[in-house]
Amino acid sequence: MTVAPVLDIRNMQTVFRIGGRDIAAVTDLTLTVEPGETVALVGESGSGKSVTSLSILGLLPKKVGRLAQGSVAFRGKSGETRDLAKLDAEALRRVRGNDIAMVFQEPMTSLNPVYTVGEQIAEPIRIHLGRSHREAAADAVRLLADVGIPDPERRARQYPHELSGGMRQRATIAMALACNPSLLIADEPTTALDVTIQAQILDLLARLQRERGMAMLFVTHNLGVVAEIADRVAVMYAGRIVETGRVAEVFAHPRHLYTKGLLRSVPRLGEASALKAAGTPLPTIAGAVPSLSNLPAGCSFAPRCPYAISACSAAVPPLTDTGDGQLSRCIRWQEI
Amino acid sequence: MVLALSVLVFILLRLAPGDPIDAYVNPASPLSPDAMQALRDRLGLDAPLPVQYFGWLRAAVTGDLGFSIQRVGVPVLPLVLERIGPTLLLMAAGLAIAIVVGITAGIISAVRRNSPTDIGFSVLAFVGISSPAFLTALLGLYFFSVQLRWAPSGGMLTPGAGFSLGDLLAHLVLPACLLSIGHAALIMRYMRASLLEVLNQDYVRTARAKGVREFFVIVKHAVRNALLPVITLIGSTIGIAVGGAIFIESVFNWPGMGLLLVNAVETRDYPVIMGATLVIGATVIVVNLLTDITYAAVDPRIQVA
Ligand SMILES: Nc1ncnc2c1ncn2[C@@H]1O[C@H](COP(=O)(O)OP(=O)(O)OP(=O)(O)O)[C@@H](O)[C@H]1O
Ligand code: SF4
Ligand SMILES: [Mg+2]
Repeated sequence: MTVAPVLDIRNMQTVFRIGGRDIAAVTDLTLTVEPGETVALVGESGSGKSVTSLSILGLLPKKVGRLAQGSVAFRGKSGETRDLAKLDAEALRRVRGNDIAMVFQEPMTSLNPVYTVGEQIAEPIRIHLGRSHREAAADAVRLLADVGIPDPERRARQYPHELSGGMRQRATIAMALACNPSLLIADEPTTALDVTIQAQILDLLARLQRERGMAMLFVTHNLGVVAEIADRVAVMYAGRIVETGRVAEVFAHPRHLYTKGLLRSVPRLGEASALKAAGTPLPTIAGAVPSLSNLPAGCSFAPRCPYAISACSAAVPPLTDTGDGQLSRCIRWQEI
Repeated sequence: MVLALSVLVFILLRLAPGDPIDAYVNPASPLSPDAMQALRDRLGLDAPLPVQYFGWLRAAVTGDLGFSIQRVGVPVLPLVLERIGPTLLLMAAGLAIAIVVGITAGIISAVRRNSPTDIGFSVLAFVGISSPAFLTALLGLYFFSVQLRWAPSGGMLTPGAGFSLGDLLAHLVLPACLLSIGHAALIMRYMRASLLEVLNQDYVRTARAKGVREFFVIVKHAVRNALLPVITLIGSTIGIAVGGAIFIESVFNWPGMGLLLVNAVETRDYPVIMGATLVIGATVIVVNLLTDITYAAVDPRIQVA
């Protein structure tokens, strides 16, 4: 790629202060998102996907969570690149909802129950673009139409409880797109929805992204969704990215045993059909995710890994280029 | 509800020992037993209780609350009505102070959770809730009126001085503040807890993610939601505020319903007690209705029927 990435995170570490001790929820995270590209962040519950998203925007819980190391270079709409990790609170606030917007998992609770949908969409337009109440309200109606909500004038005047779950998620997407951000962070935007609605929301996000040339960081634990929406994927385990690469390549030949395990636990993907043909039950990954306060030395996946050898626990394996820009933290990637 | 209250008060009154005639008669010149019986007959005090009650009720629905026993010839209704203004004024002032102070302190405490300010406010609230009303009223009267002479020690207006707003306010401030203490403390604690909970809600995070200024995240997005349970609390403490007002009125000689009621109870002036109770009950119900309307105005999920 010749164009510089929109988002370029290097060696980011995020810690939580728990019981007087700093516990790293995200460690040595390096990740880039190119303009117009969708990068999926996948991993089991607790692997640090949401913490990564919140760290980028400086939305970590005050006094408890802190971006302790690394840089988050971000190129905003103005074309200027800044390190978000070094911005003060006020400068960061001006980035949020303007250059980088976020869509959250729970459409039921992400909207404020006491304000109309239209008002909530208009708010960032007034804050960041300096529009009048009237202009922003008109923009909000247009955005609601853009995200496929019928009768947008009426919906804009309604309160969140008057909308269905799918409709509310469309409204939060409209709110996120209000200021035409160059990066959209979507943290499991479809997890809480019915399967049919999920597909609609995914299609909507894909269409909006195409139309606006916006980059997207898409957090999910659903590999089917990754296959559908993402160009590249980063697999997280216990606060680290263990493998990253183009979706087609990672899915076709994973270079980390955790990725391989994940793919094997998903039907339709990986070797599911082959396994069924052979009469073998679908494997899930045995064992549990280690606690962040008590991570095993070396490769965090070693206790659950069928290939683990003593060298795996000697030191944390570095991200190694396995060819074609695919990176893996597995020392035995060549044998997989 | 007012009806049930009137039945209850009626029965309780008659179960209580004592007789209005005893209180009425000047002990220095006792009446003959015959004269006392005649008085009883005239007042209908010997009729069976249900007869007495329904007689009262029939008249009450037409707006006739009867006559005071102790102040011969004085009808109850105007007596009660002339007292309701001062009581409402005192209660409204007390509650207004409690709401402003309680909500402001609650917000500051929640936003600066675990800071010295928060701890200070919480200690004050604890003291405010746990100190008995009679103690704060008497101590307040003693310090501010008697010792410091900052405020007049009683009444609503300086006698013979004619009406002036300043004079009224000077008389009002101390009893209203003392009345507000317990409520302010309670409201502060509710507001703090409620706001802390709201600040953890997803929509507050959404507001921050939109780039809303922290001040407006609190004031616009969080406080309005946090107020909902506090409004309910305020509505449900109105009854307690009435009790507090009655007490404060007798300490500060405030010419309201409370003072009227206390005097009436002392002299067993049944019609006055019944009339005052009725009006107080109706007031509480109206205020509760107002609270419900306020709630519906703040929360769009509630449909006003
Ligand atoms: N507010 C917090 N205080 C302390 N620790 C936290 C906090 N938020 C997250 N963590 C820690 O960070 C870890 C990663 O959490 P995160 O929410 O990023 O997981 P996730 O990958 O998004 O999982 P999920 O799929 O469940 O959303 C958690 O295991 C938790 O221990
Ligand atoms: S480094 Fe070792 S333990 Fe970790 S995934 Fe590779 S083989 Fe398994
Ligand atoms: Mg998450």
